Amino acid sequence: MADTIAQHVAPANQAAPAPGGLQHQHVLDLNDWNKEDIDLVLRTADGMREVLQRDIKKVPTLRGKTVITLFYEASTRTRMSFELAGKLLSADVINLTASTSSTTKGESLVDTVKTIDAMAPDCIVMRHPSSGAPYLVAQQVRASVVNGGDGWHAHPTQALLDMYTIREHLGGLAGLKVAIVGDILHSRVARSDVWGLQAAGAQVTLCGPATLLPREWAPDRDVAATGLPPITITWDIEQALADADVVMALRLQKERQEGGLLPSIGEYITDFQITPKRLALARAGALLMHPGPVNEGIELASELVRGAQSVIDTQVTNGVAVRMALLYLLIGGPQ
Amino acid sequence: MPGKQLLSSDDIRRALVRIAHEVLERNHGAGTLVFLGMQTRGVPLAHRLATLVKEFEGVEVPVGSLDISLYRDDLAQRPRPSLQQTRVPMPVTGQTVVLVDDVLFTGRTVRAALDAIADLGRPRAIQLAVLVDRGHRELPIRADYVGKNVPTAQDEAVEVHLREVDGEDVVTIAAGQGAPVPAMGREA
Repeated sequence: MADTIAQHVAPANQAAPAPGGLQHQHVLDLNDWNKEDIDLVLRTADGMREVLQRDIKKVPTLRGKTVITLFYEASTRTRMSFELAGKLLSADVINLTASTSSTTKGESLVDTVKTIDAMAPDCIVMRHPSSGAPYLVAQQVRASVVNGGDGWHAHPTQALLDMYTIREHLGGLAGLKVAIVGDILHSRVARSDVWGLQAAGAQVTLCGPATLLPREWAPDRDVAATGLPPITITWDIEQALADADVVMALRLQKERQEGGLLPSIGEYITDFQITPKRLALARAGALLMHPGPVNEGIELASELVRGAQSVIDTQVTNGVAVRMALLYLLIGGPQ
Repeated sequence: MPGKQLLSSDDIRRALVRIAHEVLERNHGAGTLVFLGMQTRGVPLAHRLATLVKEFEGVEVPVGSLDISLYRDDLAQRPRPSLQQTRVPMPVTGQTVVLVDDVLFTGRTVRAALDAIADLGRPRAIQLAVLVDRGHRELPIRADYVGKNVPTAQDEAVEVHLREVDGEDVVTIAAGQGAPVPAMGREA
């Protein structure tokens, strides 16, 4: 899926990237990122973490730069953390949500972003229900485009903050077993995590009910033939969690269930909920993660959400540092 | 181009010993001192000064590191420098901060460092110690402690190598490569 979108709608206006800097003008997905790109963002985020720990959390780095957040879907964490990241770096941040924009008067996505681009922003952070929408936008604008989530396709900044959180707690990413459990079918987080973690040298296992795994990713298929990186796919939660260093639960996306994919929520809980007993199958001290918002008692047992192994709140804090790093690397220099 | 030697390893050691004494003399001891090394080579220099002060006075002066990338005034002209560690493990408010760097050149890095320190607190005073002052200031900034004053041409390159970073202690000067050094190059 990632490949096909990237091939058909390759971003235009790619400027030659600065040597030693980020080799991407836009952040659309991580399928074309290598280990060096990821390392650069995570190292830069370390410097941003230091800023977040100060009494005065403000640096003048992006003075005079403009960041637009353009959200066609609900968001708490992503939009707020980008807004905060921009403001802490002294950029001017303007938030545009579809419900208050001319979209309600029938303006198309392309017309909207061309209007925005005419005001010469440096970065557009966007979320859209259609997979591939940011690729289309990247072709139309001079600004750097950051994908804040597109349909079921990709959520690269979430994957980067997940990797930052894992690296912070476990010291690195290479060789780790990461189990991602739940509604894989609708999860743009899982897709971007697969690409990013694989590039960073981690082993990814995806686990969910057959109806919530993409058909072409079924365990009996040849993964190589799907164009995916080498990952393990299983319907068996015990196998997925065995010896995992990281367990990531995904939100059961009720708003994206067209119906009929799950016999019942109760059955999902019985077979796939991360419970203390199941989490004990993972390595001692394994991290428990969730991209949020959590359906407590559905994909995660309530007592685990704020338990000792949970790093869910740290993920949110790190989200700001990682997004500061991305803004700095994308628009901090000459345009 | 290897360049001509300006300071040998012994010269660097003697200069730092003198600076450490000057810092102590001027501040009447090490009581409220903080050494802040500027990334990259100011950091090992700050640690060396702290070691010398410990030797002379028996006082442990706290040492921090400062990366000023987020405060540069030339971000729009140059590729983004990669961020290095800023670690200031002590409060700077009310202290005398001695900012330490290897080379003082245009003064723009020091200007950025002053802004960075202002965001961390309000020191009683900020002083500047550099191993080499090569002139060509573009801002009204001067050093309080200088290892060696070196008259240079604008396009010459002063290279400081330190054991902790480069495996050896030596300062060299090389003729320019033709192109003028950007206003805020690797030197301060």
